[in-house]
Amino acid sequence: MTVQSLEPILAEHPFCEGLDPQDVRVLSGCASNLVFRPGEMICREGEHADRFYLIREGRIAIEVYTPERGQVMIQTAGAGEMVGWSWLVPPHRWRFDVRALDTTRALALDAECLRGKCEIDPRLGYELLKRTAAVFAERLLATRLQLLDVYGDNS
Amino acid sequence: MLPVPHRIERVRRETRDTFTLELAPVSGAAIFSPGQFNMLYVFGAGESAISISGHPGRPEKLVHTVRAVGVVTRAMRKLKRGDSIGVRGPFGAPWPVDLSEGRDVVLVTGGIGLAPLRPVIYHVLANRNKYGKLVLLYGARTPADRLYTREFERWRRRPDTYIDSTVDAAGRDWTGNVGVVTRLIPRADFDAANAIVMICGPEIMMRYTVAEMQKRGVSLDRIFVSMERNMKCAVVACGHCQYGPHFLCSDGPVLRFDRIAGLFGKREI
Amino acid sequence: MKSAGDRNAGLSIIEREELGTLIDVLGARGYQVIGPVVSDGAIVYDRIASLADLPEGLTDEQDGGRYRLKQRDDRALFGYVVGPHSWKKYLHPPRIRLFRAECAENGLRIIDEEQPQEKFAFIGARSCELHAIAIQDRVLLDGVYPDAVYRARRENLFVVAVNCGTAGGTCFCTSMNTGPKATTGYDLALTEIPDPDNHRFLVEPGTALGAEILGALSSREATPDDETIAEQSIARAVEQMENNTRRMDATGIRELLLDNLEHARWDDVAQRCLTCANCTMVCPTCFCTTVEDTTDLTGDHAERWRRWDSCFTQDFSYIHGGSVRVSPMSRYRQWMTHKLATWIDQFGVSGCVGCGRCITWCPVGIDITEEIRAIRGQINGCKA
Repeated sequence: MTVQSLEPILAEHPFCEGLDPQDVRVLSGCASNLVFRPGEMICREGEHADRFYLIREGRIAIEVYTPERGQVMIQTAGAGEMVGWSWLVPPHRWRFDVRALDTTRALALDAECLRGKCEIDPRLGYELLKRTAAVFAERLLATRLQLLDVYGDNS
Repeated sequence: MLPVPHRIERVRRETRDTFTLELAPVSGAAIFSPGQFNMLYVFGAGESAISISGHPGRPEKLVHTVRAVGVVTRAMRKLKRGDSIGVRGPFGAPWPVDLSEGRDVVLVTGGIGLAPLRPVIYHVLANRNKYGKLVLLYGARTPADRLYTREFERWRRRPDTYIDSTVDAAGRDWTGNVGVVTRLIPRADFDAANAIVMICGPEIMMRYTVAEMQKRGVSLDRIFVSMERNMKCAVVACGHCQYGPHFLCSDGPVLRFDRIAGLFGKREI
Repeated sequence: MKSAGDRNAGLSIIEREELGTLIDVLGARGYQVIGPVVSDGAIVYDRIASLADLPEGLTDEQDGGRYRLKQRDDRALFGYVVGPHSWKKYLHPPRIRLFRAECAENGLRIIDEEQPQEKFAFIGARSCELHAIAIQDRVLLDGVYPDAVYRARRENLFVVAVNCGTAGGTCFCTSMNTGPKATTGYDLALTEIPDPDNHRFLVEPGTALGAEILGALSSREATPDDETIAEQSIARAVEQMENNTRRMDATGIRELLLDNLEHARWDDVAQRCLTCANCTMVCPTCFCTTVEDTTDLTGDHAERWRRWDSCFTQDFSYIHGGSVRVSPMSRYRQWMTHKLATWIDQFGVSGCVGCGRCITWCPVGIDITEEIRAIRGQINGCKA
């Protein structure tokens, strides 16, 4: 698959909704198309975060390993969602494990490539940051609600 | 209004702390609308307001799903087939099943909140051609805390429904979604411009669900929530269930959201 | 009935002692006659058998958190205003059994509580109290589920009202349009003229039954002079209230409160409020109740009792997980916004009749009229 053919796929992803076609073209220069088998590890905690993912199909689980409880699922994400923000924040290492639950198709965006383009074009950088921040905010809110244990005995 | 004795025909354990009672009236079945509740009286222990979770078209079998969380509901859990229980009701304003005709019906529930909405599902499925899409988004604490799992699976397999569920926490053997129920809303398949949304769950869950529905473009007068307050008399006399100007035993528990938007989320109302 | 007077049809005069005959006549007709009596330093409502039971020559001094009985310089029988009791204790009893239950061989059996058809005659109900009864009628009788306990007591009620000739220190009925002259809800209305030389009552029947009972008393037609003196005494009470700073501006009060649910004043009043529930107990319109379920030691017999409850308790708003209204702020706010604002949504009238009991019997003297002025922004200055 050539790099150019990813541009329309990228443009369709909700993460890129409303993005200038010129910017989509620039992003597509950093994108690659991947497929994960059910159960396949996508990211491992502590490893170098050299990309982020835009999920096109399937579902993934964000997990953390604890010696007492083993692998704990924190959240799942599916088609149309973005996964991975560690590429943006030093020291650029994954904070969680990510594992494919179903056969998962995703676009991977190369972090080094993106960071380079954002340094050159801060406007693009800001645009990406805003979109990533919206994902942060949504995940943070969802995590807070989970922490509240709203269906628990003391709610 | 006095409790009317009913015989317990069946007790079904749903989860760790939740069970379903099937009651047969000793005399005459009471017609109910989806969303209404009864006051169930356990001899000597007291009364508790419990929503009706059975089929509105089959009122001869009175079904209540109960979570054992208080003195009365814990006493209720000890009851067996053949025991008797007192029933007053049905009370309260129902879910807007009539208003929903010709529209998509979107149900968002969390925890025990599925129980008061189950009669809506029965009603829509029994009158399938009167309604648009039937969407059910269900959040539970863990996979083991989910209610009506086999029935849920049957609803999910139907071609004419959009059913999704999630849990707050799960082990690795869980293949479903993990996360709060509001995360299911953006990708749910319904027409926001022509949908009626019914929400039942903890107040905070309903608050975030309303916000997410607004993002989808559902107007507040098409959103209905089921509110909970202390319920004692159920006949608009004891004052306990007040929520602003509303007596939840008769104006509620189901309220149209735009009518309470000014109160909702205010502390300690 | 006497022939109509020139100015006002049906007004009669009875002598002071004839009030005793009224008590006898009502008693003979099977009424339990209830009236004001002195008990523990306060004027309360209780059974009365004769004129001698009424508080003679007494008045009450009332202010925020303060109530004292004082001697008057005459022998007036109604020379005070209202005390800690209200008539609701008879019509809406503080504690009552709703049903008994048995666990029998063939299951649960519920035994209904027969409501005795009580015949009460209230002597000395004030105009604000008549309004309070009318409000409780709306709450407890006008809904889809009329209250059987209240109805059984209310249906046969005979009311002898007394027009107030003095205003109490915490009265503000003129602000709420509920007094001081009785205009509705009585069988007979009295205006006391405690003239030492000619102690008498102007009597106005409000119902046919009232007129019939009046017919059994020895009376004479009221003269224009009698009427003028009676009117002057009521006017004096009005004037006393108008000169009082304790007034409540009820215009737009519903919107005022509902638009200010997060006003800083709620925290201010919460600093003073002890959440003791006194205000709800003495309020003649507060109607909230709770139920208690009990079993005997054998476990075969259970009962359900209903008793007055108060929105000032934490238990009142308990739902699974805890109370909704934990802070004193929220409980005071619930009481006052219900009384003055949401009551209007629910029952079409304010829940306040301006009787002032909640001010007098508040141990820290919280004054509902002052709280309203503060939320209106009419209290200025720096509090040390």
